[in-house]
Amino acid sequence: MRKATPRDPRIDVVETLSLTELTMFCDTNADWVVTLVEHGVVAPVTRTAPEWEFTPTHIARARKAARLMRDLGLNVAGVALVLDLIEERDALARKLAVMGMAD
Amino acid sequence: MTDTAHYQALGIPKNASADDIKRAYRKMARKYHPDVNTSAEADAKFKAAGNAYEVLSDPEKRAAYDRYGADWDQPRPDPAQDPRWQGGAAFDERDINPDMFRSFFGDRFGGGGGGPPDQHARVEIALEDAIKGAKRTLSFQTPQMDNTGRITLQSRTIDVTIPKGIRPGQQLRLRGQGTGGGDLLIEVSFAPHPIYNIEGRDLYVTLPVTPWEAALGGKVKMPTPTGAVDLTIPQNARQGQKLRLRGRGLPGTQKGDLYAVLQIVNPPRLNAKTRDLYQQLAKEQGFNPRANLGV
Repeated sequence: MRKATPRDPRIDVVETLSLTELTMFCDTNADWVVTLVEHGVVAPVTRTAPEWEFTPTHIARARKAARLMRDLGLNVAGVALVLDLIEERDALARKLAVMGMAD
Repeated sequence: MTDTAHYQALGIPKNASADDIKRAYRKMARKYHPDVNTSAEADAKFKAAGNAYEVLSDPEKRAAYDRYGADWDQPRPDPAQDPRWQGGAAFDERDINPDMFRSFFGDRFGGGGGGPPDQHARVEIALEDAIKGAKRTLSFQTPQMDNTGRITLQSRTIDVTIPKGIRPGQQLRLRGQGTGGGDLLIEVSFAPHPIYNIEGRDLYVTLPVTPWEAALGGKVKMPTPTGAVDLTIPQNARQGQKLRLRGRGLPGTQKGDLYAVLQIVNPPRLNAKTRDLYQQLAKEQGFNPRANLGV
């Protein structure tokens, strides 16, 4: 776990998580993370490193995927589609806001 | 005693069938899942639907709820099953909420690795909070066992300082602030921003410009999270051209950049004067943007 210099001595900001740390963080196993990587839901910093490292953007996506799969009974392909569609929807909402048409 | 809050949470009548309940719950879960729906009331509605489903999907719990209402799970003497007359231990199934057990024992024994377990929480902040830093008070419900062996939820609050320059998906580890002395890991997510799109430490803003501003170049006003600035547009700028303002993204040791993505916008109405000017341009310009299309 790589960390940034803490400003508040009680708080660490987590920069990246290793594959093992990510599986613990998502309360899951390495196979599940590998499946997410195969479906392009998350991607490690480099695929060739001895142990995969994940940046915050991908840690957040993995957590989101874990929650959606658990709460809505989705499989990995379904959750990959949902996450892509949510990103598209948010991008469209921003476009509407720029055009002054947001609700 | 009648209480219909759980039925209302799922939007179903009191005589709904088990299938209706399952269907209604799935629909509510899809619609109000906090990862899908970012509106303010979604989280509460999702939780209410989950609580309702937990009770109504179990025929025994549902019957108790229909009979006793909101406090259906309180122990009450049942003359027909007085434990004193049956021998054995007094034990009322309704005392145990399976979810509490799971999180209580799951956290304790399933955590992997030694030491006290880590606890997780989420906090949603605005982009402005990441730029200026912010303070948040989080409240938690922690399962605690009292001296009679009953598990109750205890509320506690923690003040968290969100450091300046935090990025979406980063976690804050608060040492020793979790249940039982473990660490508390807080996942930071950003509320969708109406103007800026956040990618890593960089911010993107779509900046509308008129055709003549794009053609002539020059200074236009653009928003930044810390206030409007003048942006110099190059002559003959393209639709979709990206202009970078170095260091105007998220703050931190490695500052992010702010990108303006140009979007050429025509005025909603042409007045006579503008029309004349465009006609003059049309006469004198021989440029054919469709040459590549063979027409």
